[in-house]
Amino acid sequence: MSAPTKGSGSNWVGRSIRRLEDPALVIGQGRFTADLPAANWVRFARSAMASGAIKSISAPDGAMVITAADLKDVKPIRPMLHKFEYRPIGYPVLADGVVRFAGECFAAAVAPTEEEAEDIVDRIEIAIDERKPLIDSRDAIASGAPKLHPESPDNVIVQGLVKTEGFDAVWNGAHKIVEITARSRRQNATPMEPRGGHAAYEMSTGRVTLTCATQMPHLTRTAIADVLGFPESDLRVVAPDVGGGFGQKMSLAPEYVLLVWLARKHRSSFAWTEDRRENLIASFHSRDQHVSLKAAFDQNGKLLALNADILSNIGAYSCYPTTCGVEPLMAMAEMPGPYDVRQYQCRSRGVVTNTCPMAPYRGVSRPVITFTLERLMDKAAAAFGIDPIDIRRRNLIDKFPYTSAMGLVFDEASYKETLELAVEHIDVPAFRKRQQEARAKGKYLGLGFATFSERGGYGSPAFAARGMAITPGWENVELTIDPSGYVELRIGSSPHGQGLRTTLAQIIADEIGIEPSRIKVIHGDTDRTPYGWGTFASRSLVICGGATLIAAQNMRAKLIKMASHMLEAEGGDIVLEDGMAKVAGTDRSVPIAEMAREAYHQTHRFKGAIEPGMTEKGSYDPPGTFSNACHVAIVEVDVKTGKVTVERFVAAEDAGRLINPMIADGQVHGGIAQGIGNALLEEIVYDESGNILTSTLADYLPPTAHEIPVIELHHLETHTSATNTKAKGLGEGGAIGSPAAVINAVNDALAPFGVQIDEMPATPQRIRAALRAKERA
Amino acid sequence: MSEKTSVTLNINGRNFSIQVEPRRTLADAIREDCGQTGTHIGCEHGVCGACTVIVNGEPVRSCLMFAAQADGKKIRTVEGLARGDELHPMQRAFMEHHGLQCGFCTPGFLMLAVGVLEREPDIGDDELLDVLSSNLCRCTGYQNIIKAVRAAAAEMRGSK
Repeated sequence: MSAPTKGSGSNWVGRSIRRLEDPALVIGQGRFTADLPAANWVRFARSAMASGAIKSISAPDGAMVITAADLKDVKPIRPMLHKFEYRPIGYPVLADGVVRFAGECFAAAVAPTEEEAEDIVDRIEIAIDERKPLIDSRDAIASGAPKLHPESPDNVIVQGLVKTEGFDAVWNGAHKIVEITARSRRQNATPMEPRGGHAAYEMSTGRVTLTCATQMPHLTRTAIADVLGFPESDLRVVAPDVGGGFGQKMSLAPEYVLLVWLARKHRSSFAWTEDRRENLIASFHSRDQHVSLKAAFDQNGKLLALNADILSNIGAYSCYPTTCGVEPLMAMAEMPGPYDVRQYQCRSRGVVTNTCPMAPYRGVSRPVITFTLERLMDKAAAAFGIDPIDIRRRNLIDKFPYTSAMGLVFDEASYKETLELAVEHIDVPAFRKRQQEARAKGKYLGLGFATFSERGGYGSPAFAARGMAITPGWENVELTIDPSGYVELRIGSSPHGQGLRTTLAQIIADEIGIEPSRIKVIHGDTDRTPYGWGTFASRSLVICGGATLIAAQNMRAKLIKMASHMLEAEGGDIVLEDGMAKVAGTDRSVPIAEMAREAYHQTHRFKGAIEPGMTEKGSYDPPGTFSNACHVAIVEVDVKTGKVTVERFVAAEDAGRLINPMIADGQVHGGIAQGIGNALLEEIVYDESGNILTSTLADYLPPTAHEIPVIELHHLETHTSATNTKAKGLGEGGAIGSPAAVINAVNDALAPFGVQIDEMPATPQRIRAALRAKERA
Repeated sequence: MSEKTSVTLNINGRNFSIQVEPRRTLADAIREDCGQTGTHIGCEHGVCGACTVIVNGEPVRSCLMFAAQADGKKIRTVEGLARGDELHPMQRAFMEHHGLQCGFCTPGFLMLAVGVLEREPDIGDDELLDVLSSNLCRCTGYQNIIKAVRAAAAEMRGSK
């Protein structure tokens, strides 16, 4: 680990200090949306049918029930993309004439308590002229399939096509073609706190405050003001403590629009807390993809060209703000992954079906990309009769900066080094010996590798390249030292468990010599923070952290200028540490708190040389950076039951400079645990009529402490020049590599049976079905 | 369903006399009628364990119990874990070992672990893992929760 860069101060960056977030959370003083009392509670009536025309809706007498008929002035939510044959379909706040998935809201009931509102919902009756639903994306693109939206011919609402020049010649001249057809089932991010909102009208100002479990408060404000047609300044959005998001809470919930509409119309407060069933059937889903991938190799196992066909089931509507292009277009852009391949062809389509809308979930598309590519690499290794590690060694990118066939620029990274580091810790020969011995006893062990890149900290040009109407690349921050010497940082990012308050405070502490506990980070309140984009896509520490560093450097410059004046010394001799400005090598010093006081109350002393007050801004919009890792799983498959036990998990990881290693480890642990769940357990299952069979946590299975082994984590720190903090993103990586590593290990374990599982999750049922089919054959 | 019944909940040593519908869950009563919002509700069907509190010495899922069933019983919630400003060893251990991220599941895990360790201070590591697998966390991957609980268990044994 390299030494922090600052010459003065205590060097907080790089230390595993305890989180500033924790004290309130461990004593039950966290404040989550559902903790707010409201005058009125809202429950939503949700369609039991997946598809059909609404004939009538009837509400019980005297009950307050809202339907689309009441919302004539409310526009549907219509996220925009200006490229890739995108069809901008609208997501109505309440189903308007048609229902398109089971779980879609068609009415809202209001009552003084949740229970009473639920009683009303039970008595709302809807008549639907039911149609046969489309559940699978392959059925939706079949000829003669019913059309879900008039705007979308063939039900394809976004499509990307790419082919590099010279592809055909290279493909036709290749030594060997290896191919895979992979399937990722539908999954749910499943934050422990479901979504929920509380909209309160303020009589004195006519403004509404919406408190809600969102990852992006500012954009939530913009979106709701747009949909309802009123000035944004009439709405304040607050994200208090948010109980996990993982992407699900970045997309605009139509339910929030209705809460604000109710609060404005009835000048009161209205709350809705999503229950777990709603979260599982009608929040946002993810992953559901079919991928066909072919790869051309030369005689030495060097990858020459990739040809991908990707079908993403995007559900019934497009999500705001990323649009439903988020999965298919990221798959197209990043499918070559960490491999050096100059020729690439891809067709990627997003298809509408009568299922819950899809939205980003930790890793966005890359868990599926990595799963497909890494399965393919193992198949290629087998085809060439070489070791899975060797095929990766021959093909990983090792020269930087590297421009991919899709034009992405990979900054300095350590793909091969992380692979070797992981290999070193696994002791592959010892494992192979143990595997042989175990097989002889009827125990089936497997070893699986996954190498991958994690793009993080995308700047706005990356989103512009995708044709997004909204390009969330930059962050602004405001750093203030108040007259008492306490520091407040106001950010547009909005964390939900990542420990950002602590890591940002560490960055500031190093610059201005004030310890992190005296630094408060204000986030999640549009009235108190500069416009920003919240937290998603492994961006906050990279982009908001970069803006914070700039603001802190500006503050440092101001403090040095003031101290130089007050202590009558050269700026170069001033050191900021322990809350003081000191003249190096002397006993002359002044407390920063005293300097702050003077910046507000004694500005005449500086003869106009400084601006009054103590606020500095920082703005940052980096080009983007790529983290990388190698994940390795060792599993045991019980071939009688299909049960998979993850025995060991090793991750060699490189996210650039680590600001707080403890927090970094926690992020990686959490991601890997979700990835293991995604690999083995988690699946949203629809029946033929479009109803979800996995609507409780007894059916949809996030992993428990039992399913997650001790995660052995090793870090490399390639300090990137692509960011000013030298840090790279790491929020998603854990979830990106682990499914591939686990399923490769499952396949390695099943090798003696000649059985392959190219589908995630690799559930016991799937494994047993594959084994049974082989026995029969 | 709107007929109400009188219930007295003793939460962290304080009596709350409340009027609730018979269908009111203990979790809702603790949070909404008694204002103790540290106890969280994650699934309302007894799987996630976020709502775990200690009732008469036993950790229970407060979403699976009616408030009326807890009438007169001694209930402990996360708000009662610290003594004044002095945190419980379990709370300190969670902070020390980074056993929480978003913090939503944390009160449930704290009450589960404290409840079990008070009854069974010498519980083995494997049994402890069994117990901890009854609550869900989506952020931490459990590693640090397990570390924290083992550390607190050692400290609680030491201070007996």
